[in-house]
Order: sequence, then C-alpha cells, then structure tokens
Amino acid sequence: MWFALSGFLVICALMVGLMIGPAGPQWWRVPLELVDRLPLINVDSGVSDADWNIVWLIRAPRVILAALVGAVLSASGASYQGVFRNPLVDPYLLGVASGAGLGATIVFAVRGSDVFNWWIDPLPLAAFFGAVISVFVTYFVGTSFGKSRSTVALVLAGVAVTSLTTAVQTFILQRNNDVIRQVFSWVLGRLSSATWGDVRLILPYVVFSCVVLLMHRRLLDVLRVGDEEATALGTNIRRVRLTVVLAATLGTASAVAVSGLIGFVGIIVPHTVRLIFGASYRRVLPLSILFGAIFLVLADIPSRVLADPAETPIGVVTAFFGAPFFLFLLRARRTQS
Amino acid sequence: MSTLGFCNLSISYGGVVAVNGFNDILHAGEWLCLIGPNGAGKSSVLRAVAGLVEYSGSVAIDQKEIPTTSAKWRAQNIAFVPQTPLIPDDMSVFDYVLLGRNPYIKHFASESTEDRQVIEKVLTRLDLARFAKRMVGTLSGGERQRIVIARALAQEAPVLLLDEPTAALDIGHQQQALELVDDLRRERGLTVVSAMHDLTLAGLYSDRLVLMHQGSCVASGDARTVLRSETLAEFYGVSARVHHEADGTVVVIPQRSINN
Repeated sequence: MWFALSGFLVICALMVGLMIGPAGPQWWRVPLELVDRLPLINVDSGVSDADWNIVWLIRAPRVILAALVGAVLSASGASYQGVFRNPLVDPYLLGVASGAGLGATIVFAVRGSDVFNWWIDPLPLAAFFGAVISVFVTYFVGTSFGKSRSTVALVLAGVAVTSLTTAVQTFILQRNNDVIRQVFSWVLGRLSSATWGDVRLILPYVVFSCVVLLMHRRLLDVLRVGDEEATALGTNIRRVRLTVVLAATLGTASAVAVSGLIGFVGIIVPHTVRLIFGASYRRVLPLSILFGAIFLVLADIPSRVLADPAETPIGVVTAFFGAPFFLFLLRARRTQS
Repeated sequence: MSTLGFCNLSISYGGVVAVNGFNDILHAGEWLCLIGPNGAGKSSVLRAVAGLVEYSGSVAIDQKEIPTTSAKWRAQNIAFVPQTPLIPDDMSVFDYVLLGRNPYIKHFASESTEDRQVIEKVLTRLDLARFAKRMVGTLSGGERQRIVIARALAQEAPVLLLDEPTAALDIGHQQQALELVDDLRRERGLTVVSAMHDLTLAGLYSDRLVLMHQGSCVASGDARTVLRSETLAEFYGVSARVHHEADGTVVVIPQRSINN
C-alpha cells in the first residue's frame, strides 16, 4: 500500500519537475505534449519543437538524474547508518566526499581556466576514482587493525583519510587560486549541466547499488542488535558489512561523480522515513529510495527558478528546505508520543 | 532433546586465561547453573558455546562437535540470551522476535509464512501477542526480558544459554522469568545453561550447580552439595549462613560482620 502510494508520488514529482523551469513552454502544456507523444493518441498541445527540446534535452535528463542521485544517496545513507549503528552517519563517512573533492580539484587545477577540448569529460571520472580509492584506503587501513572493534577503527581511518585528502586538496587550491570558485560550486553540488550521457553513465551503478542494498534490508535489521548478538543469531557480520559498505560506496561515488557533493539527503531522507513509517530496514530501505528520488527532484525545482537566470546550488536548497522540515517533524513526533 | 558436552574447554583473552580445562556433560533437558565469583569464567563458557569467543577443546551437541565455521548451524541449535541485550527502542516487538528466525531465512530472502507462524505461537505462549505491534522502547523491564526470551525461542534451538537472566529484574519478575524458563524447558525439552549470581534462586531452579573459580570447576552437584558455607567462604570470600528448608530448598543468607 505505502509502496504503491510512494511510487505514485515519485511519478508526480517527476512530472512536476518536467513542467517547471525558467524557459520553455507553459507548464500545463507539458503533460498534454507527453500524452500526444504516446502512440495512437493525438492531442494538440501547442508545444513548439524548440520548446520540446528544452523539455526533453535539458529538463528531462536533469529530473531523471536528480531522481537517481536522490535515490542512491538516501539508500546509501540509510545503509551506512545501519552498518555503523550511528544515526548521524552519512554516505560520505569513509572518505567518499573528500576523495571525490580531491579528484575534482585536480581536474580543475590541471584544466585551469582555459578550455581544452577533451574527448571525454575527465571530471566525473576523476571524482569517481578519487572517491573509490579513498574509501578503499580507508577500508584497508581500518580493517588491518585486526577484527576487534572494527567499526571504530574504520570510522577513525575514514577521519584520517579525509584529513589527508583535504590537506592535499587545500594545497592544490592554494597553488591554483583561480579555480577556487569552480571547485566551491562543485562542492555545493549541481545538476545544472545534466545530460542524457550523465544519466547513462551512472544508471548501472545506481541500479546495482540499490539492488544490493535492498537485498540486505533484513540483515541490516539483524545488525541493529549489535555485533555479538547478530553473530549468535547466525549472521556473518563481517561479510554483510563489507558488501553493504562497498555497494553504498559505489552508488555514492557514481552520484558524486555527476552531481558533486549534495549534502543532507543521505541523513534527512532515511530519518524522515523512520519517523513516519518505523525504523525497520525492511521498510526504511525501499521507502528511502523512493522518497530520496522525490526529495531531490522537488529540491531541484527551486534551485532552477529561485535566482533565475542564475542557478542556486542544490546543496543549498536541500539544506534550506530540508532542515526546517526535519526539525518540524522531530518536534511533531515528540509532542505526539 | 539434546545433550551438551564440554571437553577440556579452555579460553584465553590475549594471554590471560579465563577458562582452564572445563569438562562437563548435560543430559537432555537438564538445567545447569554456573555459579562463582565475578571473573570466574561463567560468561566465557556461555560465550564460547554461542560462538562469540575462540576456544580450544571441544563443545558438542548430541556428541557432534559444534562446527566453528557455520554460524547458521550454531544459531539453529543454540539460542543465547546475553546479560544486557542491545534492544533497539524503535523496533516493534514482532520485528524484534523475527530476528530469532534469522538462522532459518536464506541470506537475501524474506521471512516465510512458516516463520510468521512460529513467531505468533511464541508470542502467544509468552503472553506477548497483544504487544506485537508495540515499540520495544515502550515496554517495562520484565516485558523486555520476555521478548528477549521470545527471540531465543523463535530460534527453535534445543540448547538455551542464559547469561544472568535475572540481573535487571525485581524479585517478582525474577521469579516469573525463571518459572517461564522452567516451564518452557519442560514443554520443549530444552537443555539450559545459565550463569547466575543469586545462589538461592540458582539452587531453587536448576537441576545441578557448577561452582567455578579462576576458570575451573571446583564443585558440582545439587544445591545441598555445592552451597555450603565453608565452600562459599573459600571461593567467594563471603561469610554466609546456609539454611535448609523442610522442602529441600537451600537458602543462602549473607552475614553482617560482628565488628559493626
């Protein structure tokens, strides 16, 4: 029931995302045109080809990308909170953010202000590999301390790797202060330059990551009673933790590669789902995926129109609207119980 | 119905010996109570059986040595109730008890109708059915203890391990919890090993007591044999009177020092 309703909301959000934007056709013409494009149906929507191109080539990939990024960031956030049994953890915990930031900074610094014509955009690749390498180092260092207290060692290793990469990034930025603005805008997250190519680039990773995480939803519930009891209940906790962390990292790194660091989604969406639907991961994970998609698609709309013609970074919007809503929800829950 | 045997069980933590050559055999359906001062190795024995610490020697169920590689097999045969279970407050009672079915559910599968039926039966048996949808955090101490036992029962394991099952309960709930375990082991033929500090209760409910000291068994037998004031003085350093009731109950009463 809830899943059907949430699925319907996702479709509504996607539709609203397609309808609203600073340029292009009037908003109510978009659904008409979509209906018109279905086979065997003919409706006069009055949308010109140029307007349709704005909808299909600029808005549509952006909306889809927002949905994918939102879904995978929320699912990863929920999973990280599960394996580390810490509600404040976000998917950037183990160095994803700083690694991607370093990768992106290197690209900006090398490219400088002059525009090369690279045959492939190196930015998503550099961010992706920066993120993956830095998590790999974290995991390798964190688990080499032996098997006792492995989550604490892992989190500490993440802190160390983050400091190291941030230091390198700062050093590079100081040497190339002409690119600080670009790096800063990347760090705040952006979906503005989304293309169908970006969607194709991350779709396999997002699907893979979400499927793997969904398959672990029951085991994440088992982990909630602690390592010892989970072991006594017949779970191989090391294997579960490793698989979940890898899948979540892969998904997060792919999202970061195309959209920069969109904060807050990975924390706020899973917690909102928990507050409304209860804390069992058997519900939290699928619903986080759906609500993550909805949240980011809707958050992207103000980021397009708020400071038209300029873009408001989406990370600003998610925090600006998300934080008060979350505080309201916490308060409402408290007075209820 | 299963027997549980220990052969030369030894456990050490980083060079410090916690259990040193523990031997015992429980017949099927027996309730054995491990007693002894703090640090005697009671919990370590339980944790070894539950697969939580590495050990040398062997532990066998029905003369079949527990494989150290299969956590699932172990969880299907041994249910462990820890001293202070980690209970997530925002989990429903049903979801919590469902965790006990984990060893029967395939890695990536969901619970089956059979799993749900097992849980409903357990909840009904423990008088918890009306709590099924309640959040665990809203339960009282006695109710929490019951859901942990419910989770252990959902494992449908022939061996039940209880580490200090009454530590956090008042005298009424202590009695209720132990009566419950006693009823359940008779109904289901469970073999029970518990570690307990309350000597009177330990003697009252278990079939046999094993007194441990510095990792070894120093006395074994029924309450009359093990609970003697000179034994308690030697291993606990306690000055206590042991009183024998007409019905055979052995009561341990600590004595206040005469100087005060």
